[in-house]
Amino acid sequence: MAKKKTIRTIPQERTPMREQDALVRAGNFEEVARGYNLEDALRESERCLLCPDQPCIAGCPVGIDIPGFIRKIGEKNLRGAYDILTDTNLLPSVCGRVCPQETQCEGVCTVGESLEAVAIGRLERFVGDTAIKEGWSNIPYIEANGFHVGIVGSGPAGMACAADMAKAGCDVTVYEAFHQPGGVLRYGIPDFRLPNAVIDAEIENLKKLGIKFECNTLVGRLFTIEQMIDEMGFHAVFVGVGAGYPTMLNIPGDSLNGVLSANELLTRCNLMHARDFPNFDTPLPIGRRVAVVGAGNTAMDAMRVSIRLGAEKVYCIYRRSRTEAPARVEEVHHAEQEGVDFHWLTNPVSVLNDGTGSVRGMRCVRMELGAPDESGRRRPVPVADSEFDFEADLIVYAIGTNANPIMGQTSEMKLNKWGYIGVDETLATSVAGVFAGGDIVTGAATVIEAMGAGRKAARSMKAYLGIRDPALPYCGATGGEALFGIDERERNFARVRVA
Amino acid sequence: MSNFEIVAREDFSDVTYLLEVRHPMMARAAKPGQFVIVMQNEQGERIPLTIADFDRNKGTITLVIQAVGKTTRQMQQECQVGTSLYGMVGPMGIPSPISHAKKVLCVGGGLGVAPIFPQARGFKESGAYVIAVLGFRNKDLVFWENKFRECCDELILCTNDGSAGMKGMITDGIKVALAGHANIEEVVAIGPPVMMKACADATRPYKIKTMVSVNPIMVDGTGMCGGCRVKVGDEVKFACVDGPDFDGHLVDFDDLMLRLQRHKNDEKLAHERWSENCRMTNPPGPGAGDVLAGGTAAQSDVLELPDPSEDAPGG
Ligand SMILES: Cc1cc2nc3c(=O)[nH]c(=O)nc-3n(C[C@H](O)[C@H](O)[C@H](O)COP(=O)(O)OP(=O)(O)OC[C@H]3O[C@@H](n4cnc5c(N)ncnc54)[C@H](O)[C@@H]3O)c2cc1C
Ligand SMILES: Cc1cc2nc3c(=O)[nH]c(=O)nc-3n(C[C@H](O)[C@H](O)[C@H](O)COP(=O)(O)OP(=O)(O)OC[C@H]3O[C@@H](n4cnc5c(N)ncnc54)[C@H](O)[C@@H]3O)c2cc1C
Ligand code: SF4
Ligand code: SF4
Ligand code: FES
Repeated sequence: MAKKKTIRTIPQERTPMREQDALVRAGNFEEVARGYNLEDALRESERCLLCPDQPCIAGCPVGIDIPGFIRKIGEKNLRGAYDILTDTNLLPSVCGRVCPQETQCEGVCTVGESLEAVAIGRLERFVGDTAIKEGWSNIPYIEANGFHVGIVGSGPAGMACAADMAKAGCDVTVYEAFHQPGGVLRYGIPDFRLPNAVIDAEIENLKKLGIKFECNTLVGRLFTIEQMIDEMGFHAVFVGVGAGYPTMLNIPGDSLNGVLSANELLTRCNLMHARDFPNFDTPLPIGRRVAVVGAGNTAMDAMRVSIRLGAEKVYCIYRRSRTEAPARVEEVHHAEQEGVDFHWLTNPVSVLNDGTGSVRGMRCVRMELGAPDESGRRRPVPVADSEFDFEADLIVYAIGTNANPIMGQTSEMKLNKWGYIGVDETLATSVAGVFAGGDIVTGAATVIEAMGAGRKAARSMKAYLGIRDPALPYCGATGGEALFGIDERERNFARVRVA
Repeated sequence: MSNFEIVAREDFSDVTYLLEVRHPMMARAAKPGQFVIVMQNEQGERIPLTIADFDRNKGTITLVIQAVGKTTRQMQQECQVGTSLYGMVGPMGIPSPISHAKKVLCVGGGLGVAPIFPQARGFKESGAYVIAVLGFRNKDLVFWENKFRECCDELILCTNDGSAGMKGMITDGIKVALAGHANIEEVVAIGPPVMMKACADATRPYKIKTMVSVNPIMVDGTGMCGGCRVKVGDEVKFACVDGPDFDGHLVDFDDLMLRLQRHKNDEKLAHERWSENCRMTNPPGPGAGDVLAGGTAAQSDVLELPDPSEDAPGG
């Protein structure tokens, strides 16, 4: 065995990722970050100290065995690394690209205390992309158990739940309202951050598990959740419909032509291919001067899409400061490189009418940070007499979303006071056999959290259906022996000798 | 769901056509007032269309469509019996509440005549006395007159030029109905926004509850884009999930009409390019001609006083 690594012996600098040049990429929709090659990955894997206490694992919402997979990379055993990743994470190529690593796994990495953290996300992406290129997939031996499971919504939550239930032997059908599956991954996050080919490859893997995708199906209205259980023969249902109902600012001028939600802009551009208009029929308003309100991932995506569509000037309007911006650090950085003009501590007051019902500009007020609020962040307060106008012909709101009302309108499921679906700690809803997770339970969150919820719901569904779950070993007191089953308390586990 | 086969088609005029699409599950679920979103082909736009009728036994959904722009005209040319739509999702929207009103006035202008039908039938079935006022520009555009006669107690047909029924605007028809019946409890009006606005204005003095079905531009139809937002009273509503039916006395129609024009230039461009291609591959036939005038004229003078049955997209 090689000598133990220490913080002083590892490569000090984080291995950079090749990127398309900012000037070139601002004119295309190709992926910005080009990923690691084997050499980069090997070098970066050197930087992991394989800490015995593994703090990074606790930082990952699904608890990936991070040092485990990084060690395999170091051994040039990429297939082994892929196997470890897919034990917990269905979509390594996706998460490696879109997770806010700086607040999750990398945020607690030991190396990060004195140097830049190990680039866990980039390594994960490298392994996932290699698997797609090599056509790897981990299809276990599946024995059908006769249970039918319905999944509503094909975003990350639905996909993760579907995969686990299919692996357990259930007959799984995923219903999606749009004409293509993928949820936000498809309609929201643009190609230059997450290419469609990656989503297609991951969905192909799900189909290999026997999962059926039924698009063009609006659950609730075509049939209800209750009908799925009572009439359509589903033994259990998972609801992962996301929370996409956009918030408008409620300021004068909201309904002028030229004011739209980031969801509308992104859906037109990504899902409907409006950027290829008129080869595709869906039109897209293209602004010369675009102001995007908000500073989350959605806002960054809207700004960077606008730049690629040819806007001359793109402004970011955000009422707090850069440190409070909720977007991934890398996205803010990329947006800056591509020329977005950031106006921190600025709040919109009204949208200005050009006299014909279209947008001419925006009136804003400067803000300053006052005393901390309940969330611990310093509350922005307007600076007196600091209103100013600027010219813009497209205003995009990216200030958050709410629960979509269709489920509440059409089913008996209890909602919480904000309109999200209410669940207990097992993610069970108030309707027997129906579970829910992802954004529709928590409000807008992250891809990996939605997937974690999908998997958690799958565990509960298996328990509900009485399916033995070989993925749930109960080791412990017995020593040398592992127990496989649903729940120790139910005493239905099998004892297996561990070699 | 995929493969939405067109099993029947009928052409009412140069610009109006009916498609009957197979979708047994939707035929079972559909209720008056709901709509679908259709994608004719993979490159196509998602367009909302009202469910004008449904046949639970045959398992079909009926759409009545007016060719006004690129998509609706391409469909007019290509959607023949035996072909399939790439996508059709629904039924969307909150079903129209069929109240227990004893006497109801159902008003349909131009294309709005189709979507008012399931409501007229619904009211009849719930025991109401149903008076229908249907408005068209001229006799050639009239459709479904008999279908309405079967389920309504009274029918007032108006045409702008008097070539069928009474001569006059649809509001004239409404006035006749209001004059003849003092006890109308509810009015339901569907048609181009100008027409619905005029109806709401006509019933406002009588304080009769007036429901209208708005038709803003939509993308997803599931409450996710906010493109379909309309002002209703002091509130902003998303027509696809909060509607499409709203209290006509509260809807801000001027705002609606303005927002309908927001992609006017792009729509023209898409249409011109498409007709250009058609001319190169097909000789111009009926339907590929210059019907656009009807649609755009209605769009450009929307703020003027209503031509009741102006065939702008409605429903
Ligand atoms: C523009 C944008 C950028 C983002 N960037 C990041 C990022 O970089 N990193 C990150 O971690 N997170 C990011 N997020 C957040 C992340 O994408 C979401 O938290 C995650 O996708 C939620 O997953 P979900 O499965 O709960 O729902 P969704 O992904 O929203 O999927 C729900 C699916 O259900 C379908 N559906 C809805 N109603 C029905 C119905 N009645 N019947 C059938 N189907 C229905 C919808 O069409 C949709 O496809 C971003 C979000 C957006 C909008
Ligand atoms: C709830 C609802 C129900 C409808 N029912 C019917 C119906 O039963 N029959 C019918 O013929 N038409 C109906 N319409 C209108 C129909 O959707 C539009 O005529 C169609 O989208 C026009 O597309 P186009 O490409 O042919 O024309 P375009 O050239 O794209 O547009 C012509 C005009 O149609 C309107 N329009 C364009 N795109 C949309 C869109 N995505 N959503 C709504 N309006 C749009 C605009 O005002 C535009 O100026 C309905 C609209 C709504 C919202
Ligand atoms: S899934 Fe996300 S949080 Fe977990 S290890 Fe991968 S990049 Fe980090
Ligand atoms: S905390 Fe960092 S260095 Fe330690 S095992 Fe995890 S990734 Fe490696
Ligand atoms: S059509 Fe997108 S929210 Fe209504």
